[in-house]
Amino acid sequence: MALLLPQLPNGPCYGVLAEFANPADLYRACERVRDEGFTRWDAHTPFPVHGLEKAMGLRRSPLPWIVLVTGLTGAALGFGLQWWVHASAYPLVISGKPYLAWPAFIPITFELGVLFAALGAVVGMLGINRLPMHHHPLFRSKVFERVTDDAFFISIESWDPRFDPSATRTLLQSLGARHVDLLES
Amino acid sequence: MAHTEAELLDNPVAGRPALILRSPDFHAITEAVAEPVEGPAPLGWWLFFLPSLALLGLLGIAVSWLFWEGIGIWGLNVPVGWAWDITNFVFWVGIGHAGTLISAILFLFRQKWRTSINRSAEAMTIFAVMCAMLFPGIHVGRVWVAYWMFPIPNQMGMWPNFRSPLLWDVFAVSVYGTVSALFWYVGLIPDLATMRDRAKTPTRRFVYGLFALGWRGSVRQWHHYESAYLVLAALATPLVLSVHSVVSMDFAVSLLPGWHTTIFPPYFVAGAIFSGFAMVLTLMVICRTAFGLEHIITLRHFDYMAKIMLVTGSMVGFAYATEFFTSWYSGNPYEFFTFMNRALGPYAWAYWIMISCNVISPQIFWFRKARTSIPILFVLSIVINIGMWFERFVIIVTSLHRDFLPSAWGYFTPTVWDVSCLLGSFGLFFTMFCLFVRFLPMVATAEVKTVLPQADPHGPHGRGRDAPDRRVSVPASGGPAPAAEGAS
Repeated sequence: MALLLPQLPNGPCYGVLAEFANPADLYRACERVRDEGFTRWDAHTPFPVHGLEKAMGLRRSPLPWIVLVTGLTGAALGFGLQWWVHASAYPLVISGKPYLAWPAFIPITFELGVLFAALGAVVGMLGINRLPMHHHPLFRSKVFERVTDDAFFISIESWDPRFDPSATRTLLQSLGARHVDLLES
Repeated sequence: MAHTEAELLDNPVAGRPALILRSPDFHAITEAVAEPVEGPAPLGWWLFFLPSLALLGLLGIAVSWLFWEGIGIWGLNVPVGWAWDITNFVFWVGIGHAGTLISAILFLFRQKWRTSINRSAEAMTIFAVMCAMLFPGIHVGRVWVAYWMFPIPNQMGMWPNFRSPLLWDVFAVSVYGTVSALFWYVGLIPDLATMRDRAKTPTRRFVYGLFALGWRGSVRQWHHYESAYLVLAALATPLVLSVHSVVSMDFAVSLLPGWHTTIFPPYFVAGAIFSGFAMVLTLMVICRTAFGLEHIITLRHFDYMAKIMLVTGSMVGFAYATEFFTSWYSGNPYEFFTFMNRALGPYAWAYWIMISCNVISPQIFWFRKARTSIPILFVLSIVINIGMWFERFVIIVTSLHRDFLPSAWGYFTPTVWDVSCLLGSFGLFFTMFCLFVRFLPMVATAEVKTVLPQADPHGPHGRGRDAPDRRVSVPASGGPAPAAEGAS
């Protein structure tokens, strides 16, 4: 259950939230925040902005590996179930087929592989993203409600080693932020 | 409409116009999509919803009577043991395929126009699969032992026969339904968050918020989210091709003339996409007008969909011809008789309805005027679905009604309960779709925003990072135009 619980360290305040006018401004600001060496920060957009993960310096998502493992597990379970049923649990000759009629097992092996891979993709994505998380300090900000509509933000958290309430605010303002707010923890 | 046809369609000289018309900003897209969910229901919605609900009630009555009395209430007889039940099943599974094609295959091919229609097409898929799953469930007669289809350890020590295509079908369709629902829900999460943040009442805020899972548009989350979306698209693509292939093996693996043929899997998949696009078109023509989404779902989308229908319709026509040729070329008298009997026998009327609806009528889509005329598209989308229902009827019933021995020949006539089950399944489908357009955003808002020119952080038209002005909006009050034109 640890994955489902918010994991926010204690601090005097949550951090700063800066709003930017458009994806281009946000992109340039993200590059600067990345180059300043911040680590505990994030950008927030209403839609996936192309290339922003590079501007933020994010590594590739490990999700495809999770999907590979769950998908192969599903396929193996599917094949194993059919093998066990027809060769061991309930051996019965039907239309002259052998017990281990492996070509006839392929469709269900494939389907179960896809099913497990898809479940792995969804559960894995939610797990890596620590969702569901229905309460978060960012939701206390009124302007942040527009993040799902047409607003672009950068949030820098107070437990980042380079965080300083006034210097970080000045930095974000110099990058063209519209308003910068200090958020309570 | 203010736009001429030339503005809406691709022009090889002038280049491609914007996918979304009227150059809306991000907020305008949110407003346009949220309006049908947040505003009062228009009268037209009730005019669709109430008859659909009545048909759903009819389905309830028909299925209850079926459970009480048995499948003898249908017009089934000894040579024709499968008729409208399995016809409806194959028809509805096929409808679903267009939704997955739009959401998964067009995504892998980077077809950006799909963003305007993928949400509603995926919803259509899920509701069509619900209708489809109903029929194999109820046609078994003894519904209370339907759980024998699933590998559940039981007191009888009995297991299903995994070497049978009928069991492959159970797995293929249920996995397809599950994966389609997962894909749809993952796509919905950011839009549910939009509905949460716009909610005016605590109830709406709570319900949308619950299902939005606390989404906060974080780029660290988008990063994994996009990875998951890509993986799901890559999984759904072979899955959708496998589903109708497995459905076709229910027939092809048997030894019955007219069914026992290797062309079935690709032929069924092409037909599925053909009928599914027709259904997407029927629904979109109504929805875009009813909810004022003409600038998001444009004539250009219809033009593309009509082209796909022309291709798949012609593939289906080619398959019909190949089947006929093979039955003659095989030299098998039973096989050739079955096909001659289809075209000239007691069910010739059904065969020629199928040919005229599926092969002849879509040929009008060679003309751009037909591809961009709403009345023609709407009528043809319905004609094609009638034709595709008849295709399944022809395959199933004409192959069964002439057995190897003439003493076992018969003819299938539907009863009122056959008709009720078919109409009732449409009731289920349209009831679900009506509820969907009222309670969920029917256009993938977050995805549509990505295809607006101002969504590209590197400026429009690939001007690169160092273009003098990377913003799209032309300065207000008649200022100078962006300097980029000269600089680049």
